[in-house]
Amino acid sequence: MSKFFHFYGGVHPNESKISSGVPIAEPPLYPLYTVPLSMHIGAPAKALVSVGDKVLKGQRIGEPASFVSSNIHSPTSGKIKSMGTCLGPMGNQLPCVVIESDGEDKEAEPLPPILNWRDSDPQTLRNRVAEAGIVGMGGASFPTPVKLSVPPGKMIDTLIINGVECEPCLTADHRLMLEAPKMILDGVSIVANLLQVKNVFIGIEDNKPDAIALLTKEAASYSNPEIHIAPLHVRYPQGAEKQLIYAITKRQVPSGGLPADVHCVVQNIGSSFAIAEAVIKGKPLYERVTTVTGTPLVAPGNWRFRVGTSYAEAIKLAGGLKEGAQIGKLISGGPMMGFAVYSQEIPVMKNTSGILLMSPDEIHQYTSKSCLRCGRCNDVCPMQLMPGILSVQIENERFDDAQNWHVMDCIECGCCAYTCPAGRPLVQHMRRAKAEVGAKLRAAKAAADAAKAAADAAKAAADGKNAK
Amino acid sequence: MSEDAKNTMEAQTAPATQQPKPTAEPAKTQPSMPGLIVSSSPHFHTHDTVESIMRWVIIALLPACLAGIYFFGLGALRVLAICTVASLAFEYLSAKAMGKSNELKDGSAAVTGLLLGMNLPSSTPWWICVIGCFMAIVVGKMIYGGLGCNPFNPALVGRVALLLAFPVVMTTWPMPRVPQCLANDAPIVATTSATPAQSDDPADAALMPTTTATPLKYSKLARTNKTAATLLEDCTPANQKPFINYWQMFLGIGKGGSLGETCGLALLIGGVLLVMLNIVRWQIPVFYLATMTIITGIAWIAAPESYANPVFHLLSGGVLLGAFFMATDMVTTPLSRTGAIVFGIGCGILTACIRLWGSYPEGVSFSILIMNAFTPLIDRFTAGKPFGMPKKKGIAMPKA
Amino acid sequence: MSTLLIIVIVGLLTGIAIAIVSRLFGTAADPMEENLKALLPGANCGGCGFAGCSGYAKALAEGTAKPGLCAAQKAEDLEKMVAMLGVAAEAKEPLVAVVMCNGDDINASRQAQYNGINDCRNAAIVAGGAKTCVFGCLGLGSCARVCPFGAIEITEHHIAVVHRELCRGCGRCVQVCPKKLIRLVPKSAEVNVLCSNPMKGPAKFKACKAACIGCGKCVREAPDNMHIDTGTSLAKVNYENPPSEALANVCPTHALRKQID
Repeated sequence: MSKFFHFYGGVHPNESKISSGVPIAEPPLYPLYTVPLSMHIGAPAKALVSVGDKVLKGQRIGEPASFVSSNIHSPTSGKIKSMGTCLGPMGNQLPCVVIESDGEDKEAEPLPPILNWRDSDPQTLRNRVAEAGIVGMGGASFPTPVKLSVPPGKMIDTLIINGVECEPCLTADHRLMLEAPKMILDGVSIVANLLQVKNVFIGIEDNKPDAIALLTKEAASYSNPEIHIAPLHVRYPQGAEKQLIYAITKRQVPSGGLPADVHCVVQNIGSSFAIAEAVIKGKPLYERVTTVTGTPLVAPGNWRFRVGTSYAEAIKLAGGLKEGAQIGKLISGGPMMGFAVYSQEIPVMKNTSGILLMSPDEIHQYTSKSCLRCGRCNDVCPMQLMPGILSVQIENERFDDAQNWHVMDCIECGCCAYTCPAGRPLVQHMRRAKAEVGAKLRAAKAAADAAKAAADAAKAAADGKNAK
Repeated sequence: MSEDAKNTMEAQTAPATQQPKPTAEPAKTQPSMPGLIVSSSPHFHTHDTVESIMRWVIIALLPACLAGIYFFGLGALRVLAICTVASLAFEYLSAKAMGKSNELKDGSAAVTGLLLGMNLPSSTPWWICVIGCFMAIVVGKMIYGGLGCNPFNPALVGRVALLLAFPVVMTTWPMPRVPQCLANDAPIVATTSATPAQSDDPADAALMPTTTATPLKYSKLARTNKTAATLLEDCTPANQKPFINYWQMFLGIGKGGSLGETCGLALLIGGVLLVMLNIVRWQIPVFYLATMTIITGIAWIAAPESYANPVFHLLSGGVLLGAFFMATDMVTTPLSRTGAIVFGIGCGILTACIRLWGSYPEGVSFSILIMNAFTPLIDRFTAGKPFGMPKKKGIAMPKA
Repeated sequence: MSTLLIIVIVGLLTGIAIAIVSRLFGTAADPMEENLKALLPGANCGGCGFAGCSGYAKALAEGTAKPGLCAAQKAEDLEKMVAMLGVAAEAKEPLVAVVMCNGDDINASRQAQYNGINDCRNAAIVAGGAKTCVFGCLGLGSCARVCPFGAIEITEHHIAVVHRELCRGCGRCVQVCPKKLIRLVPKSAEVNVLCSNPMKGPAKFKACKAACIGCGKCVREAPDNMHIDTGTSLAKVNYENPPSEALANVCPTHALRKQID
């Protein structure tokens, strides 16, 4: 099998995948589930239940509030205890529904399975994906039905499945590939059918040789379209959409563009699995495989958590802390792009790929030392930006300059800050600048729109006058 | 506003305006310190730090320092020690005066001091060393805001300041020691033009009983004075084959010069170590030396009777020290690989031109300083095309 | 000697050249504008809505703006300006900034140690600042750094407070606060409700001991001066008719208070 070459830049952090040998386990039923109504990018879902209502497992409790939004389903049967807000992993308040489990875990009537999916038309399948509330489970949680709706005028010829799992420590996708290869491949075929594409690749880094071998073997029985397994050199951030597309197809997603601009769609392994379950079994998305890992834990592993399980329960499930161990950082997601959180009450969401604990001595403290201009950030930036120069500009609040030096192309992968010998918080600088520049661009666009509307109105008025 | 009100205003303005500048230190004084830490991603780090980089640079400089101490004796050790200590002291004092947190332990001042010391003759009086350190650390670095903010290589600022202020002292080179086994073979250029020391300090004078000139000086003489055209050959013993002389030059045997620049082998060991550790970009020394070779080679081929050959140029003077340790200073050189290539070529052209046609025999320091000034421009024009951008060179100049 | 002569001559010639060029191409500054600018405080805070003091002075000289828009101007300077221009000053209620939060480290403790850029707008990106009350003041001093008058102080318990007597109401701090906690209120209002948490009473009292829990005591005591904001269940001051200082005593959580004691 020929190896695909990697992309520009990137780093290779210590993989620390200590839970890769632990099979996926089922957690017990918990008395309370805090289900956020905003587990996706876009508008929070509109609640369909109110306090005191009885719900069943898999019952829809939230419906999309806009085009970019998603359905939410109850993880268990029980009563709605309260509705309010809960803390999200980014420190924001999310609207949520708290469900008190009745212990029976009674399932609602599942969606009718679509067994003849090979012959179903794309719209039926897309509707099913929407009904099941499927979002991108790699981290960004972009609603999948939106992603699978090809914008008019765009042609898609390649489907890439992201089994890279380039984040250190995380093993959820790896375990899923080992334990449910059939289901994943079914899901991949469903998406390939839906999009009517001929080129299908599953990108897997070569630090998971068992997954590559197993999927290659299983994929042999799939035809129309054939599914190719693409082993990739280990390099972070290979799992970033643009980098993965480049590594496999050598196509560059244009700056500010989408994968559809280079005729690609990228799907996560977990999402493919969820799509297969939704289509073949009619099961909506209310549980996902999450890695709970970190050196302070007694028994790191992978669990199929229902959404709404609190991090505290997850940590307890992993055996709790070792004797004398302390938590220095609690991270939602992986160590490179995950969010440091300060509360164990945060619920597992559809995009929680991992819960990582770091002991105090593993933590690297950011400093305010000035940039040494060593240029290492420059070498590792997969977007080929100049993070060193950008960070100095942003430190001095020169956001216009930062925009000129392409800060908006930053994907916040963290390679620059990972490699910075001065320990500068480069990603934080970039986020700040992206927020400021984004606000400026939005304001400019709004102003332009308003001016255009005013001009149109004036023109219409003038026309009206002329008509008289 | 009444006088009283004004006073109140000042009194209350004082604490309010002394807000710290945005920094990224962990907040230190918080009641009921919670255990968890929150910070921006990423949460992993390479564990490379400024300290580790500076430590490696010092280690890479040690072979050349030891060679200098071997060839020039305790005088060399004395200069190196004075420069290092004085640099650290100036760094400490200016950080104090500027109210900056003290970052002595990062070792950058020690590197600057060591580099400056290596760029001085071993006979330099102590007070000139101290002045050089003042120029390097205070004028060359700290007034710009400290490490990372200086536009010019601080050690070179110190050296050039001394070269302009004390030209005689800075170009009076003590006789290097010649190993016993080679004592019979006359060193290449140490036999002529011994002049007495120019120092008023008897202790300094005692340290440098004999002085000599550098090979470059001779090549310059050879060019400017046609009667001395064969001087270089004259001072090579007739019974020795030229390549032995080049080996001697490479090893620094019997070669006059600054205490850290004579032993090419030691410099090469240190330089290769830094390149292998990815602390310096290989592009800078390689393109620097290659450009030097090409230009001096063309001159030599065109007029071999007035210009020395490229090997002579590479092995003489401070070009190896400059190419591996001075031109590769991170702070003052371009960020990108392309920028490093441009920088190296620029340094090579300037050094070769100054050596061949300038009034100074040596041009390494000046060429690197001049290229330092071009660094922001090089950065701007070699800024790569971001991933997914249509091809466009560099970053547009901001509108005035 | 000749060198000296040459230098002197070159210097003279250059001076003459500069004089000629500035005569020919220089633009005469409007003396009126200069005089008006001298009467402005020169802090360039932008509170008047023009680009700094010179921008306002220009607008005044052109007659497109009225005097009195500068919050930082001294009264006697304003009088002089009115006399100079012969235009009545625009009546403007003096405003001061108030940080609508009293959740310092004692009232609303920090949940985690923040490690990053020491600036509120940067800290707000990371886990929202990690305070028990997510709406509260982060206390890293973004507002204090932009204040042209040095009127904002970060206390030792990490909360921003505005010194009323120094604040000129330019509103720069309002723009930079990532939590939108700073408001410009009439200077006549002695007490303010220092809480911006829109959550329900018990939840916010759990988060912060100084939260306005919406109990309504102040409204019952002074119905003309106070009201409960629908939606956020926060008591709000009626700024057209602000309450007296004494009303602060009825508030059980001391959310209604003067900002600096």
